[in-house]
Amino acid sequence: MAPVISVSGLSKTYPSGFTSLNNVNLAIERGEIFALLGPNGAGKTTLISIICGIVNASTGKVAVGGHDINNDYRAARSMIGLVPQELHTDSFESVWATVSFSRGLFGKPKNPALIEKILKDLSLWDKKDAKIITLSGGMKRRVMIAKALSHEPQVLFLDEPTAGVDVELRKGMWDVVRELKAAGVTIILTTHYIEEAEEMADRVGVINKGEIVLVEDKARLMAKLGRKRLSLHLQNRIDAIPETLAPYHLTLSEDGWRLAYDYDTKGERTGITSLLGDLRTAGIRFVDLETKQSSLEDIFVSLVSQ
Amino acid sequence: MNLRAVAAIYKFEMARTWRTLLQSIVSPVVSTSLYFVVFGAAIGSRISEVQGVSYGTFIVPGLVMLSVLTQSIANASFGIYFPKFIGTIYEILSAPISHVEIVLGYVGAAATKSIILGLIILATAGLFVPLHIQHPVWMLSFLVLTAVTFSLFGFIIGIWADGFEKLQMIPMLVATPLTFLGGSFYSVNMLPPTWHSIALLNPVVYLISGFRWSFYEIADVRVEISVAMTLAFLAICMTAIWWIFKTGYRLKR
Repeated sequence: MAPVISVSGLSKTYPSGFTSLNNVNLAIERGEIFALLGPNGAGKTTLISIICGIVNASTGKVAVGGHDINNDYRAARSMIGLVPQELHTDSFESVWATVSFSRGLFGKPKNPALIEKILKDLSLWDKKDAKIITLSGGMKRRVMIAKALSHEPQVLFLDEPTAGVDVELRKGMWDVVRELKAAGVTIILTTHYIEEAEEMADRVGVINKGEIVLVEDKARLMAKLGRKRLSLHLQNRIDAIPETLAPYHLTLSEDGWRLAYDYDTKGERTGITSLLGDLRTAGIRFVDLETKQSSLEDIFVSLVSQ
Repeated sequence: MNLRAVAAIYKFEMARTWRTLLQSIVSPVVSTSLYFVVFGAAIGSRISEVQGVSYGTFIVPGLVMLSVLTQSIANASFGIYFPKFIGTIYEILSAPISHVEIVLGYVGAAATKSIILGLIILATAGLFVPLHIQHPVWMLSFLVLTAVTFSLFGFIIGIWADGFEKLQMIPMLVATPLTFLGGSFYSVNMLPPTWHSIALLNPVVYLISGFRWSFYEIADVRVEISVAMTLAFLAICMTAIWWIFKTGYRLKR
């Protein structure tokens, strides 16, 4: 199936000479949750802003649902809902009015029942007549999500949606996202909470210094790049690692009760069998062992720091 | 044409007008009334008739125009500047709407407000001096045309301004002097020849002259020229806005 968003050869250089995006190519599949990760200033927001029509690209093409974002902007933008990173809200309008306004702006006929459902899903229903200025930051964030959902987008951009939102509400927000995915909405999110990407995303893209460093299926990425750590709980504490075990680059905990061994799961030989054999020869016994997969965060940090 | 979007912007802007009713409507009415008390009743009684019309009556069209001009610029510039300032412009830019539709929504609402205001001021004036309008259709046409043209002008200022200071600067330093010198309170024919020639470079002269003609059939310049000059200014503003959207000037990075 054709990707719902296709970005090809996209570059953006600001008048100041700063290159924010450098020849970005990206295809987002219909119905997936795509997590875009990258350090601050990597170009995440610029990329989203170009796709949504807020920033002009320097070169390159973007199509949404097969519609070019410049030549066929109406069709392209009609499909998109955007929740920007910054809290840009009106102040004196009511929640209901501002959400209804968004629906009108996207050319959709009135649908009070739908807006009621969205506000209820986002726990905003009891605030529907409140002026936005009276709401907390987390509520304003949800108002912005409600505005983006009011026009029933097929593609939803969430730029740092959980920044400044407490744990409880964050959970509620992700429930909404799961529901949208179930309804077939494609979701592209950027987040600083890598555990969220790890939990929610189908695919992960990493952007650094304006270039896409990697796009990969999340599970495959974690399998491919993931390192594992084997921890051994010793029967008797030791003061130093015996010379014979030097090739394994083991680390000994400060209290002398634990040995840790890092190995690559994608390697042909993990070295575990021989390590255990050599431990036995060295007379080191252990009472317990555990292995731990490295998280997406570890993977991310190792990629970006390269 | 995304008419629902035009309606949404228009309604949003008009809601702002009603919310700030006191500031939007009442204060210009109060200040206009003060003009009448000072120029109409106090000083006006000592001034002789101008071209066969009493002075109080003579200044009515000028006063209406003064308010319509300044209010059009203020309404429209603030209307588009504010979303830029607080960042909600992102939604307008990312919506499936054309430039024409954005302008229709914002400028339409700003012009509506100044037209309402102009009519209220006219009614207020009627309480102070006897009014007669020779050409009501022309009067309304000039009113609408001026409101639209200067709302477009205000829209341009709102996009150009990148601070509240600039937002105030053009209305204060350009629009108000041009209006005062444009014959709101006198006929430019009263000026000495040199100043008369200079005054004719002021586009506001043509607006006020044409508007006054529709009331009393007295004019500083021929009414056809008034219409032509207003339309020319309208065309200039439209061209500027077309360019703004084409290049994304001060809207898109």
